[in-house]
Amino acid sequence: MATPNRLPVYIPVSISGPITDMPPVKQTSRKPLGTGTLLRWSNPALYVVGLIPAVWTFYLAVADQLGADPLKVLERSLGLWALRFIVLSLAITPLRKFAGVNLLRYRRALGLLAFIYALLHLTVYLWLDQGLDLHAIVKDIIKRPYITIGMLAFLILVPLAATSNAFSIKRLGPAWQKLHRWVYLAAAAAALHFVMLVKSITFEPAFYATLVSGLLLLRVFTGKRANKPRRATVAAE
Amino acid sequence: MLIRRPPDIPSSEITPKRLYLRRRDMIAGLLAAGVLAAGPRTRATAAPLPAAKSPSSTDERQTTRADATSYNNFYEFGVNKDDPAKYANALTVAPWSVKIDGLVDKPATYTLEDVLKSAPLEERVYRLRCVEGWSMVIPWIGFPLAALLKSVGPQSGAKYVAFETLVRPDEMPGQKGFFQPLEWPYVEGLRLDEAMHPLTILAVGMYGETLPNQNGAPLRLVVPWKYGFKSIKSIVRISLTDKQPPTTWNIMAASEYGFFSNVNPEVDHPRWSQASERRIGEGSGIFTKRRPTLMFNGYAEQVAGLYSGLDLRANY
Repeated sequence: MATPNRLPVYIPVSISGPITDMPPVKQTSRKPLGTGTLLRWSNPALYVVGLIPAVWTFYLAVADQLGADPLKVLERSLGLWALRFIVLSLAITPLRKFAGVNLLRYRRALGLLAFIYALLHLTVYLWLDQGLDLHAIVKDIIKRPYITIGMLAFLILVPLAATSNAFSIKRLGPAWQKLHRWVYLAAAAAALHFVMLVKSITFEPAFYATLVSGLLLLRVFTGKRANKPRRATVAAE
Repeated sequence: MLIRRPPDIPSSEITPKRLYLRRRDMIAGLLAAGVLAAGPRTRATAAPLPAAKSPSSTDERQTTRADATSYNNFYEFGVNKDDPAKYANALTVAPWSVKIDGLVDKPATYTLEDVLKSAPLEERVYRLRCVEGWSMVIPWIGFPLAALLKSVGPQSGAKYVAFETLVRPDEMPGQKGFFQPLEWPYVEGLRLDEAMHPLTILAVGMYGETLPNQNGAPLRLVVPWKYGFKSIKSIVRISLTDKQPPTTWNIMAASEYGFFSNVNPEVDHPRWSQASERRIGEGSGIFTKRRPTLMFNGYAEQVAGLYSGLDLRANY
């Protein structure tokens, strides 16, 4: 099973690394016109679809349809979607390596969606939950490990989101990949943030913690093998 | 912290005599409502439950019945807030009996009807503060736990009261399946003086009606100055003991949930602040502002004396 899926050495650096972002234009231009159009629109469509949960949850909140404690539901739901998109973005590389499904073109959108949800989640916490009470917020961030860890996850996502564009990839070169490996820490922190805030470990946080651990462990066990050909190509360039 | 010893409320002040004299009518009312109905097991349907308002009620704006009956922590039915309202219908609450044992003169299994004979019902509008940081104001209908305890004759060695919730996986979906968040039965406990305090009640109703299943039908504890999880639901056993009984959340995480679990804005939960709370239904929807949490949930005047000399930081 491993043989047909093993990484071919000739894959260019831009799509071989576990983290590399990739401008979709290069690939689509080689496909037949119909498929190309579909592919070109699939990325904007992903952003639109990805933002539906946010729009829907805000709508339910405004329409008072989120139950007795709507703020908590809104806050949790945005945070959970951020975590879901991080998980999805981390699943892209294993999917390609082990299942031969190449969804690399969607990784940037998934990562940026994760960031957008994290930003909304943080905004709701700062503004609606804490009422912009800076004193309480700073105390919370310092004293509450789960909030400290949540903030850490968000702060990591900021430079990653800021460099999720073709210009930054070109500009940063190999450093870009190095920078974007921080997503592993962000994912671990986000999952831990979720596990730590619940009163008792229930199915949902345990489920996401397991998913993230699994996806990160895959990197640990396959990382070394996968790194070698990529470094060689980088050097050749 | 400075603790002022407040005057106790005499029980005559809490239970007006005219109410006390009406206690038989109330049992009759419960019987008519089907709560106490003998014969085949039946499910409780909310039935009117007349009770006069007790003076120890707060006049703060009450949480809506819809919110108080749809946003519940009752892990026997699932861990989500809406699980109890979804699944508790399946629970049969009649007939119901409570085993009272341990250091009492009259240990026995009492029917709910027997239990209700101990005192007349009154409406107590209490603040409820959940350890998670939200609060409600709920008009309970019940009677002082002290009345029941006195009627079974606590022995001199009794120092604590232990409570136990029903275990019935057939009707409580949270008690079966692969992922069990807690150990069953759910157990809780009070020191005897806390249990005998006039503010501590056993509730059988809320909002003028019998208790909905998701709120702990047919019989639950309400201790308004402690975090909500102390107010154990659907009680099937009450034991008087000489040792501090185990309590569910303390077993689960001893560093986070102590035996006392008194509402205290100065002693934070290790993972989150307890300084403020969100009052459910206050303000408008997602724009509900936090309000400061009060010492002993605002009942310091009545209960602080129970803890004079006790380090509340160490005994959280």
